[in-house]
Amino acid sequence: MNLDFTPEEIEFRKEVRAFIEENYPKELVGETVREDLTREQFLAWHKILGKKGWSVPAWPEKYGGTGWTSTQRYIWSEENARMDTVMPLPFAVSMVGPVIYTFGNEEQKAKHLPGIRSGEVWWCQGYSEPGAGSDLASVKTTAVRDGDHYVINGQKTWTTLAQYADWGFFLCRTDPTAKNQEGISFILVDMKTPGIEVRPIKLIDGGHEVNETWLTDVRVPVENLIGEENKGWTYAKFLLAHERSGIAGVARSKRGIERLRSIASKEMVDGVPLIETPDFARKISQLEIDLTALEFTELRTLASEAAGKGPGPESSILKVKGTEVQQRLTELTLEAVNNYGAPYAYGMDAAGNGAGVGPDYADYAAETYFNMRKTSIYGGSNEIQRNIITKMILGL
Amino acid sequence: MDFNFTEEQGMLRDSLAKMIRDQYDFETRRKVVASADGWRKDMWMQFAELGLMMAPFSEEDGGLGGGPIDAMVVMEEFGKGLVVEPYVPSVVCGGGFLKRGTDAQKEEYLSGIMSGELVFAFAYAEPRGRYNLADLETTAKKDGEGFVLNGHKAVVIGAPWATHLIVTARTSGGRRDANGVTVFVVDKSAPGVSTRDYPTVDGRRASEVYFENVAVGAEAVIGEVDNGLPLIELVSDEAIAAICAEACGAMKVAQEMTVEYSRQRKQFGTPIGKFQVLQHRMVDMFMEQEQSVSMTYMATLKLGEDEVTRKKAASAAKVRIGQGGRFVGQQAIQIHGGMGMTDELAVGHYFKRLTMIDSEFGNVDHHLKRYTDLSATEVPVAAE
Repeated sequence: MNLDFTPEEIEFRKEVRAFIEENYPKELVGETVREDLTREQFLAWHKILGKKGWSVPAWPEKYGGTGWTSTQRYIWSEENARMDTVMPLPFAVSMVGPVIYTFGNEEQKAKHLPGIRSGEVWWCQGYSEPGAGSDLASVKTTAVRDGDHYVINGQKTWTTLAQYADWGFFLCRTDPTAKNQEGISFILVDMKTPGIEVRPIKLIDGGHEVNETWLTDVRVPVENLIGEENKGWTYAKFLLAHERSGIAGVARSKRGIERLRSIASKEMVDGVPLIETPDFARKISQLEIDLTALEFTELRTLASEAAGKGPGPESSILKVKGTEVQQRLTELTLEAVNNYGAPYAYGMDAAGNGAGVGPDYADYAAETYFNMRKTSIYGGSNEIQRNIITKMILGL
Repeated sequence: MDFNFTEEQGMLRDSLAKMIRDQYDFETRRKVVASADGWRKDMWMQFAELGLMMAPFSEEDGGLGGGPIDAMVVMEEFGKGLVVEPYVPSVVCGGGFLKRGTDAQKEEYLSGIMSGELVFAFAYAEPRGRYNLADLETTAKKDGEGFVLNGHKAVVIGAPWATHLIVTARTSGGRRDANGVTVFVVDKSAPGVSTRDYPTVDGRRASEVYFENVAVGAEAVIGEVDNGLPLIELVSDEAIAAICAEACGAMKVAQEMTVEYSRQRKQFGTPIGKFQVLQHRMVDMFMEQEQSVSMTYMATLKLGEDEVTRKKAASAAKVRIGQGGRFVGQQAIQIHGGMGMTDELAVGHYFKRLTMIDSEFGNVDHHLKRYTDLSATEVPVAAE
């Protein structure tokens, strides 16, 4: 047991750091808020990494993965966090990609994997429905076979950034007579197909991040079915376990604590920097300690994955604790900026009235805090994660 | 980076686990704790024969060439079995000081610690010192080549069983000064040493130790005169890592016992483990325990790093384990209901041990403050 980096790993860190510093788009340097990015800004780094061959490090090498060890991937995420890079979104790279290369056929792999790697194709996730949130298996959207096509009807919701999406992966009911989990299929849908309507949902932070997606007589070729008909739940569960394993966000949260310390050293209380007041200093310490516990739990998980075990139910711990830390971080950041949490980023008019009110670091502090409440709800709510641990680990 | 145990460490764990299973069941422990001695010297000698005491020492000191990870392995198993024998006081603390002593001190004491013949206790706490290792009213006054000790040490764990004591005392400076602290090794049978022995709430034995004009020679000083505090802090951090491992073992058993009980116990016609409110509580216990393991690995692996890193790691672990241990212990009792309150069931004894671990070598508040103070000494990173 040891925490040492090998000389090769130290060299690797130098290499990726230099690459990031040289190639990360200059106009995105210092951009720490994600709410207002354009499609091109979201994809800029992804495309550069695609050309370099680094956009899908965790994939098997035969599909374009880098073959990095878990320690190298840890270094990679640390170095990206150091520069606050806008990383490739998870929907393509961490979710549908692994499903396609694990359960898809050769044609599907050839058709879809290159666009995911390069960042040319934007994917969105058609899972949740108004009546199917935590109880995902109760999806009602139907896909009815009609010759060489499925005809899809229904409504999906919380479709993140679907306004930019080229393709989506949808859970649809293909056997209405089967029990909940058994009649579901996993179908890829071209978002330009007639009959799809994407309507924005405004969230409490004011941003437009998620959508309702309405599907009316959407005709999808049967070759877009992944794996077997009615076996979609198996693929959906596989995807959720993958989604959870990257969700801890340790390196980003470390960076967030650095930023919080910096803010707290500028904010003054009775002439003393906030960070020197014992109450606030100890709140930061507690957060940092909780993050350390999360970090070493993730490292242990990575080590057991490297030993040949896939992401298991333990990844549920990372989801629960990772999101708790992320939420607490944004909560303390808002607390740190005090009065200047109030100016509303989305309320600023086109002339810029209200923009740049207060110190720069206060921008979006409240909006981000509001936004991050989503983290304990999405990806299987933290209560669902506890149900998973109850069943899979405690055996109750 | 590597989180695997060596083959030797795996064997040590397995054979110790078997020994505890075979000879340290809960009823046997209950009898031992209630006996006049409160421990089993023969069990202690069996632990020594198994190589437990030698495991963490270097080969040149006569050990097996292991280190803190071996102590961690031992203490996790001790925690699972609620073992009362004084591995931390004697091996981690006594051995921890003396392996950093002079050649003559190593010669005189280390082989005895490793064979089990010598038993050490660490007399650092004082009635008015709380967790400040430098807040000492015990004095050691220079007298010719040697020193004369006077003072009162509080709740010295394992002292009734000890042959020797490691004693911290003030040799110069004012109360609470970082400088002027010196570490001594003292024979418990030396003239002027007296003890008042008693059982502790978690099944161990401890003493109030009084020093009345106890004369020791210059060879009793471990490390430098007046500059003992850094060494005391180092060994205390090693002890923290070890008792964190003990807490992990105790938490694991308390959590598993609770899950098992919830399977058996029926109310409203159904096993209480089917109630979601209790399931989620037990998941929270599981997550606390797993994170405690992570923190124990972290603190143990960082013992050899620079001083600030080591201290922050030990404090971070002690904070998390203090909080986790309290949660797991309290909820284990709660979910066991009235049965959890009875002395008959083992679970309450795990709760008591977990409770006392928080107050050993500094509690949550103490270490949260220590961590915070250490963070303030670091150069702030220019982040925006």
